Amino acid sequence: MKHEKIESNVFLLIVLTLLTVSVGGLLEIVPLFFQHSTTSPVDYKGNQLNVKPYDPVRLVGRDIYIREGCYNCHSQMIRPFRAETERYGHYSVAGEYIYDHPFQWGSKRTGPDLARVGGRYSDEWHRVHLLNPRDVVPESNMPAFPWLNRPVKGDDIQDRMRALNKVGLHKYSDEEIAAAPEAIKGKTELDAVIAYLQGMGLALQNVK
Amino acid sequence: MADFISGFWNMYVMVIVALSLLFCVFVLVSNMTKRESGPVELHGHVWDETLAEYNNPLPRWWMYLFWITIAFAVVYLSIYPGFGKTNQERGEHAQYEAEMKAANDKYGPIFAKYRSMDLNALAADPEAKAMGQRMFLTYCAQCHGSAAQGAKGFPNLTDEEWQWGGDPATIETTITGGRIAMMPPFGPSLGGEGVKDVANYVRSLSGLAHDSLRAQRGAELFQQNCVACHGADAKGGPAMGAPNLTNKIWLYGSSEATIIETITNGRNNRMPQFGEFLGEDKVHLLAAYVVGLSKK
Repeated sequence: MKHEKIESNVFLLIVLTLLTVSVGGLLEIVPLFFQHSTTSPVDYKGNQLNVKPYDPVRLVGRDIYIREGCYNCHSQMIRPFRAETERYGHYSVAGEYIYDHPFQWGSKRTGPDLARVGGRYSDEWHRVHLLNPRDVVPESNMPAFPWLNRPVKGDDIQDRMRALNKVGLHKYSDEEIAAAPEAIKGKTELDAVIAYLQGMGLALQNVK
Repeated sequence: MADFISGFWNMYVMVIVALSLLFCVFVLVSNMTKRESGPVELHGHVWDETLAEYNNPLPRWWMYLFWITIAFAVVYLSIYPGFGKTNQERGEHAQYEAEMKAANDKYGPIFAKYRSMDLNALAADPEAKAMGQRMFLTYCAQCHGSAAQGAKGFPNLTDEEWQWGGDPATIETTITGGRIAMMPPFGPSLGGEGVKDVANYVRSLSGLAHDSLRAQRGAELFQQNCVACHGADAKGGPAMGAPNLTNKIWLYGSSEATIIETITNGRNNRMPQFGEFLGEDKVHLLAAYVVGLSKK
């Protein structure tokens, strides 16, 4: 095929250009939709992971996590290096994130990674630490979040669950959605964030 | 990469990779023209009436760079994963396993040596102490502080008070299994005045300023409500993890207001378990480090 023929035929030029630039995506993105470890709660060896969809309280907590911009300083992705796994625990696998829409991997660690923070601290520690980090870690440069000690605003929790039903792998049943307002009643934003944090990364918590 | 839902996807990747490489080779070969002597021929297009283009071959060094990238791709794909399922033994999981094995070979013998040592002897070993401190700063300092001085609600490990027992074996047990501390709320049963009375009695135990009339009344309430955990002498005990109330060490604070808050609402806290996460060897070294910190 001559240079001239492609250059003088706009339609052909567009088709060939699209074909060329799509090779990377066809190879690196498309196959991910057809792998067990990226579409179901299993690790790369095929072992079942105990990953649970977000219950209403954790869902509210996750939304507060996003609202407060926690992801700006905390990643949720442990890379497969010894230096990381010694500190945080087993490296993250794709199956752990299947209910995360959007995922909170983050890309910057001003604070530590939180992918496996569940169970590492007591609820009381989180409470004190979120209200004023310096109370427990004098060297900390994390901002305080004193306003979290207020009731959650959960009047749209059912809409949030329905929205997740449209994009997520887990479909909340009508009963789950109907019970949601009751579940978050009386909770503070602190409770919700702590529930979210304490549920993080439990699937491979003590796996070496 | 190896868990595609069907074998098709493995082929899919291999075919596209191979075709793209072959296509690059084809483009290069089809553009390999040698420069001939004599005047350079024109490309044939004429734009804007007079604008023509010479048909020179691509610069040789540039062509070589293209060949090098293709050669690199072939060598890379023959060593590392990428061409379908091949070379998984050099994939990220295998690299991680290799890194962990190398570390175990290096540090395993050190941990093995320390594991067989008694905690008191280990606490006196400077190298073990340095290792223990580094781990303490990574895993424990968030609650107990970088100098193990503790914080409100999180015990100081350098003093002589041990809620759950301070002998070396107990410290190791605490790190391994964690502890759950729970003081129930007494606000509802004692009422506001009763709580205040007990708080004054508790302050009197360690010689803090108090209202002696209230303390007298509080003593009676204390005997009825508090001795099950804190003991008749208020010295607490490791069985329930109840703090000693007669000394100057206070986990949550000794002011009247704080003690009233503690009695009214109770306290809930826990030390997480680290046994499974850290493994025996590291827990052993950490326990020795903590033993070394203790004044006892």
